[in-house]
Amino acid sequence: MNPLHTLRVALRAILRNKLRSFLTTLGIVIGVGAVIAMMGIGAGAKAQVEAAFAAMGTNILIILPGSTSTSGVKGGYGSMPTLTWDDLAAIRSEVASVKQAAPSLRSSMPVVSEDQNWTTSVTGTSPEYFDIRNWPIAIGNAFTQADVDGGAKVIVLGQTVVDKLYGPSADPIGLMVRVGSTPFTIVGVVAKKGQSATGQDYDDAAFIPFSTFAQKVQGGLGKFLQGQIMVEATSSDATSRAQKDITALLRDRHHVAPGDDDDFSIRNLSEIADARQQGTETMTLLLASVAAVSLLVGGIGIMNIMLVSVTERTREIGIRMAVGAEPHHILTQFLIEALSLSVAGGLIGVGFGVGTARYLATRFHWPVLIQPDVIAVSVGFSALVGIVFGIYPARKASQLDPIDALRFE
Amino acid sequence: MDEPRVIELTDVAKVYQTGDVALRALDGVSLRVRTGEMIAIMGSSGSGKSTLMNIIGCLDRPTEGTYVLAGRQVSGMSRGELARIRNHVLGFVFQQFNLLARTTALENVELPLEYGGISGRERRRKAGDALARVGLANRVHHHPNQLSGGQQQRVAIARAIVNDPKVILADEPTGALDSRTSVDVMAIFQGLWRSGITVVLVTHEPDVAEYASRVVQMKDGRIVSDRAQEPRLAQAASAESGGDGAAA
Repeated sequence: MNPLHTLRVALRAILRNKLRSFLTTLGIVIGVGAVIAMMGIGAGAKAQVEAAFAAMGTNILIILPGSTSTSGVKGGYGSMPTLTWDDLAAIRSEVASVKQAAPSLRSSMPVVSEDQNWTTSVTGTSPEYFDIRNWPIAIGNAFTQADVDGGAKVIVLGQTVVDKLYGPSADPIGLMVRVGSTPFTIVGVVAKKGQSATGQDYDDAAFIPFSTFAQKVQGGLGKFLQGQIMVEATSSDATSRAQKDITALLRDRHHVAPGDDDDFSIRNLSEIADARQQGTETMTLLLASVAAVSLLVGGIGIMNIMLVSVTERTREIGIRMAVGAEPHHILTQFLIEALSLSVAGGLIGVGFGVGTARYLATRFHWPVLIQPDVIAVSVGFSALVGIVFGIYPARKASQLDPIDALRFE
Repeated sequence: MDEPRVIELTDVAKVYQTGDVALRALDGVSLRVRTGEMIAIMGSSGSGKSTLMNIIGCLDRPTEGTYVLAGRQVSGMSRGELARIRNHVLGFVFQQFNLLARTTALENVELPLEYGGISGRERRRKAGDALARVGLANRVHHHPNQLSGGQQQRVAIARAIVNDPKVILADEPTGALDSRTSVDVMAIFQGLWRSGITVVLVTHEPDVAEYASRVVQMKDGRIVSDRAQEPRLAQAASAESGGDGAAA
C-alpha cells in the first residue's frame, strides 16, 4: 500500500470528525504556539541585550578608583582618587593582554552655542577612547595626540548635543561652543549610538582632550587621575587575564599588602553580559519545560482519541484484515493518522505562535526574533509526540483478532 | 486449475480452553475440496460450521491437524503470511456485506488490490471490471448507503473476486436478503463457479444449499454427512440484475 494512499485514508478519517480532531490537536497547538511566541520574545530580548553590550564596546574593562574608609564610613568607589597617570602608563606598557587604554574624566557641564545651550556629560579623554568604545566619528575627526599634548581647546560632540544646539541635519564642524567659560572648536561628531540597556542616551555626550579637561575643570593635571580608566583587552578571551594582570600590577604599584582589599575596582563588561545571558537562558529553559509539559498533555490527548478511534473502527479493521491487510498495514495506517493529527497541530501552533509574537511586537514594541530552527524543532517535536503516543493505539489495532473485529458491533 | 485439491483439511480440531473446560468446536474434521466444486457447509448454530469457515478462510488457525490450501501448508503460518494468503488466494462474502461506509463501491472493491500492492490505474481498471462482472458498472461511485441490500452484496462479491482468487468463501451470503434478491446473488455465485472458481458456502438454509454441487452436514464439530448432488440452477429473475449473465 503506497504511503500517499495511506495518508489520504488517514486524512479522510481525521476530517470525518473535524471538531473532535481539532480539539484533540489543541494541546499541541497551544504547546507549540507558546514555544514559538516565547522563544521569539526570549531571542529578541537576548539580541537586544547583546546589541546593547556590543554598543558599549567589546572586551572592555573599566578601572575605578578605590573608596575612602574613614571611621567605618565607606565612601563608595571613586570617592577618593587612587589611580595615577603613571598607573595608566604602566597598564599601557606593562600588561601584554591590554590592547589600549584611555582615561575617562567626567563632569556634567553646560555646552553653549551662539543662541542655544545644553547641559551634557563632558568627558576628558585620549584619542584611543573612540576606538575602545567602538565608536566611529561620523563627521570631521577625533582630536589627536598632538591636541592632547598641547591642551588644545577642541571638542567632539554626540549627535544629541548637535541636535539640541544646531538641529538634526546641521554640520557644526569648525563652529565654536563654550564649555563653562572656555571656548572650544568643534572638530568632530561621533556616530549615533542609541540607548543603553538601561535607557541612557549614549549620544548625549561631548569629548575633549583630558589635558584640557584637567586644566579647565579639575584645576590642573596632578599626580592622580580623577576619573576612570577604560581598557580594551586584546581579545574577548583575554579579558579575564587582563583583569587579573592589571589587578596584580596595581596592587603592586599601590603597595597593597597581601590579604588587604584592593584600593581600586575593575568592572568586566563581558561578565555582566554573561550574567544577563544566563538569566535569559534560565528563562528559555523554564519556557521549554512548560512547553514540554503542554506537548506531553497534547500527546496524551492524541493517544486518548486514537484509542477511541480504534474502538470505533474495529469492524473496519476487521474488514481490512479479511481482505488481506497485514498487521503492519494497520499499524502504519493508525500511526500515520496520529502523526497527521500531531503535525497538523504543530503547524497550526506555528501559525498561532508567529501571530502572537508579531502582535506583541507591534502592540508593545517588544523585540521579537523568530528563528527558523525553533520552528523546525517545534514541528519535529510534535511529530515525535504523534509517533510516541500513536504507537500504542496503532499496535492495539494491528493486534486485533480479525474474527473478533469482524463480529464487533 | 492445475491443483486438483484446493482445500485439504486433515484431522483438524479447534479447542477453546475456558478455565478447566475444553470446548472442542471442531473435533477431527477432514475435508478435501477439488478445484471447481461448489460446496455448501450446513449445520445448526453451534455445529462448528463458522469455526470451520474461519479456518478455511485463514482467519483462524487450527489447534490440531493440518490444512493445505492451494498446495501450501497454512497451519503454521504467521498473521502476516495468513493475511497475504487471504489477499491472493481467497475472497470473502459476508452475511452483513461488510463494506466500508462512506467509501464508494469502486474504492471498496479496490481495497484488496491496495494491500496486494497493485498501483493506481491498474487497480481502478481491475475494480471497474469486477463491478461490471456483477452488473454494477453504473454504480461505481455510489456509497453503500445509496445501494440496496442486493447491490451491496454484489459489491462485496466484486471485492471478493477482484484479486482472481482460487476460492470464494461465502458466510450466509443471502441471510440479509429477500428471497428474490437471494436467487440473483446465488446466480452470480453459480456463474463464478462455472468460470472455475471454487465456491464454499456456509449456510443453515436448505434452499441455499440446493444450489451447490456438494453438501456437507456438520454437527457437534464433526462432519456427519457429505454428498454430491445435482445443483439447482439459479435463474436471475429481477429487473435490476439484468447484467448478471455477464458473471459467467
